Amino acid sequence: MPPFAAVNIRELIRPIGQLLLFSLGSAGVLSALVLVLALILDQTAVGLHLHDRYNVSLATYTLVNLPQVVIDGLTIGFVYAAIALGYTMVYGVLEFINFAHSEIFAVGAFVGVELLIALDHTGLLRSASLGMAYAYLTLALLMGMAAAGALAVTVERVAYRPLRGAARLVPLISAIGVSFLLQDVIRLVEGLTTGQFNRIMPTFGNFDRRIMLGRLALGDTTVPLGISVKSIIVITAAVLMLAGLNYLVNATRMGKAIRAVAQDRATASLMGINVNRIISLTFLIGGLLGGAAGVLYALKFTRIDPFVGFFPGLKAFTAAVLGGIGNLTGALLGGIVLGMLETFAGSFLGVFTMGAAGSEYKDIFAFSILILVLVFRPQGLMGRHVGQKA
Amino acid sequence: MRNRFGNLLWARINTGILPYLLILAHIGLGSALVYSAPRSNLAFLVLISSLFSLYILEADRRFKLIAGAVLALLIIPVIGVRNIFYLEVIFQISVFAALALGLNIVVGFAGLLDLGYVAFYAVGAYLWAFFGSQQYFVLPFAPGTQPSDLPFLLPGDAFYLFLFLAIIVAAITGILLGSPVLRLRGDYLAIVTLGFGEVIRVLANNLDKPLNITNGPQGITPIQRPTMPDWAVDGFNTLFGPAIGHRVETADMYNVLFYVLALAVILIIILVTRHLDDSKIGRAWTAIREDETAAIAMGIPLVRMKLAAFAVGASFAGVMGVLLAASRTFISPESFSFMQSIGVLAMVILGGSGSIAGVILGAAVVTLLNLQVLQGVSLYLSELRQSDAVIPLINFAWKDLSNQLDPAKYQRLLFGLILILMMIFRPAGLIPARRRMRTLAAEPPEAE
Repeated sequence: MPPFAAVNIRELIRPIGQLLLFSLGSAGVLSALVLVLALILDQTAVGLHLHDRYNVSLATYTLVNLPQVVIDGLTIGFVYAAIALGYTMVYGVLEFINFAHSEIFAVGAFVGVELLIALDHTGLLRSASLGMAYAYLTLALLMGMAAAGALAVTVERVAYRPLRGAARLVPLISAIGVSFLLQDVIRLVEGLTTGQFNRIMPTFGNFDRRIMLGRLALGDTTVPLGISVKSIIVITAAVLMLAGLNYLVNATRMGKAIRAVAQDRATASLMGINVNRIISLTFLIGGLLGGAAGVLYALKFTRIDPFVGFFPGLKAFTAAVLGGIGNLTGALLGGIVLGMLETFAGSFLGVFTMGAAGSEYKDIFAFSILILVLVFRPQGLMGRHVGQKA
Repeated sequence: MRNRFGNLLWARINTGILPYLLILAHIGLGSALVYSAPRSNLAFLVLISSLFSLYILEADRRFKLIAGAVLALLIIPVIGVRNIFYLEVIFQISVFAALALGLNIVVGFAGLLDLGYVAFYAVGAYLWAFFGSQQYFVLPFAPGTQPSDLPFLLPGDAFYLFLFLAIIVAAITGILLGSPVLRLRGDYLAIVTLGFGEVIRVLANNLDKPLNITNGPQGITPIQRPTMPDWAVDGFNTLFGPAIGHRVETADMYNVLFYVLALAVILIIILVTRHLDDSKIGRAWTAIREDETAAIAMGIPLVRMKLAAFAVGASFAGVMGVLLAASRTFISPESFSFMQSIGVLAMVILGGSGSIAGVILGAAVVTLLNLQVLQGVSLYLSELRQSDAVIPLINFAWKDLSNQLDPAKYQRLLFGLILILMMIFRPAGLIPARRRMRTLAAEPPEAE
């Protein structure tokens, strides 16, 4: 193969098409589901209760709120997808749940945010033009990715490689240990250097602006519909990364090596592939994606703390399982579906149950999905059936 | 070479009357130290570690039992009421030892990694917290709005009944949670149980509406303590009064009571565990742990056996939950976080999964590290911060040290390090299980 092989256009376009399809598909299915539910509940006490409060029917209320919920769901869904790719890549190659991936995500977030805070202190951020603001954000993203990638490779070298070939649970327990250790290491470093654990993403550029798409009438009031600039950045960055990763894995020599190792480590080794290097590379790629997702998460939700990785990590794992762990496309699908499901649950659960169970149950929602998937379709939505390996 | 020398030394120590003398000396030294210096942590560690030497030195079984009983039922209560903090530490060790023994059945025997083990602990605790407090009458009120003159639902006597009830309720919870997921492969099971643990915690946090069952994040308080018979306080005073030197009040006597209860629970758990280990069920668990596919092929009812492990482990945690709720008189969802589950797991892994003595040692070491060593270092650091001392070579003044460096708050670091280091260097634990040693030994066990 010549060094400058023709760019495989198909592999560049395919994932973007898939992402679009998944987004539209899950948004459509969930919207239809919620609307049907709303129509059923409209005649019951739930509908009457809402009518008393807003003077609209439950169906109208649901319909008016839907577009905003879909936009929010997509944003968080893409973040989950980017984290889920880290789990699924490692699982595909090593058949091992990298429990520490959530902390690698957190480290990425912290490095990015700390860099921006440092820039903020020098006054650079406030005086930055729009172009420079985007440049700084890109810099933060790259730094977060670099730190998280380096950490992921180090963790593999120190805590997982010595355990390769041991019983299945041994590396998993070690990974849990790494996860706990890293949480407190972040806390320790932050405590010693800045004296506080909660860091706030500085505001700069036009990231907090909301682009208004219109207002929808809801009874006597109107509901604004808009998308913030940072949501657009999150979605764009995630799509670019996911497309890039897809290209790397499916259309390059390196990707071929990764797939070979995932399929059969021993044979790949016989074919002259340096298995250890490929495994390190897998962790590096997962770490890079996780770190970027961390910075994007911080951009979207502003506030981070040393335990910030736990829930996104768990949900991203759920997303990976939902899509079929070990399957890259599956991770994308799982992330988007889970982000959507969760946002839908958070927005409508309270209304549908008359306030008895509100958005505080949305975390449980993700676990319930995980359990249901594992019980009824353990191979996930897109995965092949994996037999038991000792 | 070193190993042979070690074996020789060990054999020399264990000959004749020497082990008896060593054990007695260790217990005596520990007791004397703690008695004369009730505030010294070091003295306390010497006393606690005498249990360990009692375990490892080779002596007559009856002697060991009697010495252990004297230590546990005479020396520790007397020393404990002289400094109630020690009794508290020992109670905590006992609670965690019981939890670790329960988790040991699930992880160590059956090889199922349960990351949400404290969920069952929470079930037991909330069981007694609900029925042993005013919560039943608080049901219609939002947290913080209830009138102050509500009666208690059940008298304190019911506590003893609930100890047994908790076994059943926790076992049922274990079966309910386990039955849909126990078919899963090991690592999936770990994540799902983690999810269950979080579900229980989120439920405890949010079930304050529409009916106020758990009182939300504020938790339930006051929870009743068991009724203490008057003769217990008087009897204890007449028996041990001279040794203690002051009259023991009912409040302090409760600490002794809970300690004795925890000890009794642990003894029962140990007996049950030992019987199970050598029974048909225990062997089935081992078979499942070693190779699931082979176990199925040998006709072992896989799901039933796994459910049994889950139920037995859960019931131990349930009993300890009731005990915790009664001894603290307050519980909140915070006591049942994921970190607690990992802490118990770290105890099992550190001591040696599958090994009863190992798990107890693990529980003791981790709890002591947590309560005594980390806090001791914290205290020492804060003293250094007050002083004018300077680290010599790098010329760093202690008082410039950040206030955030408080080792007592870094339990996750401790648990994480334990898990990683044990997995890399000694996966079988400090005291490996006997069955594991049997498989590792070159000679068959009959040739001893």
